[in-house]
Amino acid sequence: MSAYLKLDHIGKTFTRGAQSTEVLRDIRLTIDKGEFVSIIGHSGCGKSTLLNLVAGLTQVSTGAVLLENKQVDEPGPDRAVVFQNHSLLPWLTVYENVNLAVSKVFGSRKTRAERHDWILENLNLVQMAHAADKRPAEISGGMKQRVGIARALAMEPKILLLDEPFGALDALTRAHLQDQMMEIHTRLGNTVIMITHDVDEAVLLSDRIVMMTNGPGATIGEVLDVPLQRPRARIALASDRTYLKSREAVLKFLYERHRFVEAAE
Amino acid sequence: MAGVQDAGHLPERKASQMSLPAAKSDVHVATKGDVVVAGQFKTRSASATVVPLAATPRRRIDFAAIATMIGQNVLPPIVVLAILLGVWQAAFSGPGSSLPPPSEVWAQSRDLIVNPFFEYGTQDIGLGWRVLVSLERVAYGFGLAAVLGVLIGALIGQSIWAMRGLDPIFQVLRTVPPLAWLPLSLAAFLDSRPSAIFVIFITSIWPVIINTAVGIRNIPQDYRNVARVLRLNQIEFFFKIMIPAAAPYIFSGLRIGAGLSWLAIVAAEMLTGGVGIGFFIWDAWNSSRLTDIIVALVYIGLVGFMLDKLVSFVGRIVTRGAAVN
Ligand SMILES: Nc1ncnc2c1ncn2[C@@H]1O[C@H](COP(=O)(O)OP(=O)(O)OP(=O)(O)O)[C@@H](O)[C@H]1O
Ligand SMILES: [Mg+2]
Repeated sequence: MSAYLKLDHIGKTFTRGAQSTEVLRDIRLTIDKGEFVSIIGHSGCGKSTLLNLVAGLTQVSTGAVLLENKQVDEPGPDRAVVFQNHSLLPWLTVYENVNLAVSKVFGSRKTRAERHDWILENLNLVQMAHAADKRPAEISGGMKQRVGIARALAMEPKILLLDEPFGALDALTRAHLQDQMMEIHTRLGNTVIMITHDVDEAVLLSDRIVMMTNGPGATIGEVLDVPLQRPRARIALASDRTYLKSREAVLKFLYERHRFVEAAE
Repeated sequence: MAGVQDAGHLPERKASQMSLPAAKSDVHVATKGDVVVAGQFKTRSASATVVPLAATPRRRIDFAAIATMIGQNVLPPIVVLAILLGVWQAAFSGPGSSLPPPSEVWAQSRDLIVNPFFEYGTQDIGLGWRVLVSLERVAYGFGLAAVLGVLIGALIGQSIWAMRGLDPIFQVLRTVPPLAWLPLSLAAFLDSRPSAIFVIFITSIWPVIINTAVGIRNIPQDYRNVARVLRLNQIEFFFKIMIPAAAPYIFSGLRIGAGLSWLAIVAAEMLTGGVGIGFFIWDAWNSSRLTDIIVALVYIGLVGFMLDKLVSFVGRIVTRGAAVN
């Protein structure tokens, strides 16, 4: 059986002048359609780099990224990215930001009215339709991140790539958005790769958790299955055995076996 | 200007580092003629404090706000102007003074002051008409400089090698005074009208190019990544990302450029003739009409001021929201 997304012996070395840093080494991973996979690891280990490789924003040094057996070598709307800092265009309204994506991706396939409905549908999905005419500067950080997610979802990507989507938010907002994300995932069945620093977030949302070793030359240290039933309820899980065991496994990996050491640079 | 030069000289630094000197300098240049804008903002906040007090009829609020506005913005310059006129009158009303006092200006050039748009003959027309003729030239020259300047600036801002190669040359060319271009352009065009327009063009294009290039270089990588994920083509990227993202920089370049072109047109017209306001001054000098010159200077100053306000007003509307994120 061939995987939906395959990371085939990926290595990434950044070269600047005579200096070169090996950031990623021999990354091997396959992801099935509809799977929700989290990537967790210490700061600077190369998570964003890995995500950018899948997005096609950066080129691999060795190996290949294969999506449905086709090699990825440039960015495209089939791999929509929600960036670490939302990256909405500040001169466009919420609606126009989503419209930029929708009219580019569906410009020839949908009529004007259909696109309008599609934009509102996606804004509704993240409960942001009420702010359609606001500019990014006029809405809160959590709202911006939701619009970023709506913009990505509106591209109907094969894979949704989330780079610490809730990292900059307060705990309450984050919990709320995590629940929304789970709901959306259940409803649409997207394939998702999400980078996170948050162990609870990883366990709560993911089917599998990819744990990365520290750089330089970071690689996948371990992959943990999270065999929890969906839909998952945050409060019920707080005392669930499987949940606690998964959580402990990630914590052990991060804080016992691969403790963060300041890389000698 | 020094700051703009700085910004242009650092093409290899990271965009984020570069933005600081450039932005600072632009603000600096912009604020020079901009004291009144700051004053208007103050008024606005002042009127905002008035609003909550007023559960009373609306007219009273407007009245209070207008009164504050007049008190803060209109009254001070009028008072200062009156004092200056008084001093001038006192200093030059003695017999044998070399320049006319205000009373004489009023007496001899009242036509020019009270009626900008009279037409007594082909060469005897109001200063309003002359200003319009000059503005028309500025519109051609500066319009061309704005369009080409943004295009060239965008091209340069996109490419580090273009920046390295062209920036030093531009930095040299932009210091050439407007009138120094005139003999060459007269030789090239063999006619005074296109020559004057060319002088405006060549004077005002440099700040537009340089500021646009800096603005383009400062576009955050995030916006570029969004464009790449969406696979925007070159033209879509130019209109949907580049221009709006760089708009604050572009407009500060345009504003400097507009100021320079108004400086250039008056000087150029003094040499090339025609019906413009610059030639009027030259003509008045040759026939010793000093009071007419003084009136013309006031016209030039007021029009330059309005031109500057116009560009910054358009800029503020266009860049609404783009400045902060
Ligand atoms: N363009 C680049 N050129 C050189 N080195 C780079 C580049 N991009 C990233 N790096 C290096 O690669 C390493 C990994 O960076 P990356 O941003 O992927 O980390 P991360 O795991 O996402 O960290 P964080 O959790 O803090 O976001 C860092 O040491 C960084 O310095
Ligand atoms: Mg990162």
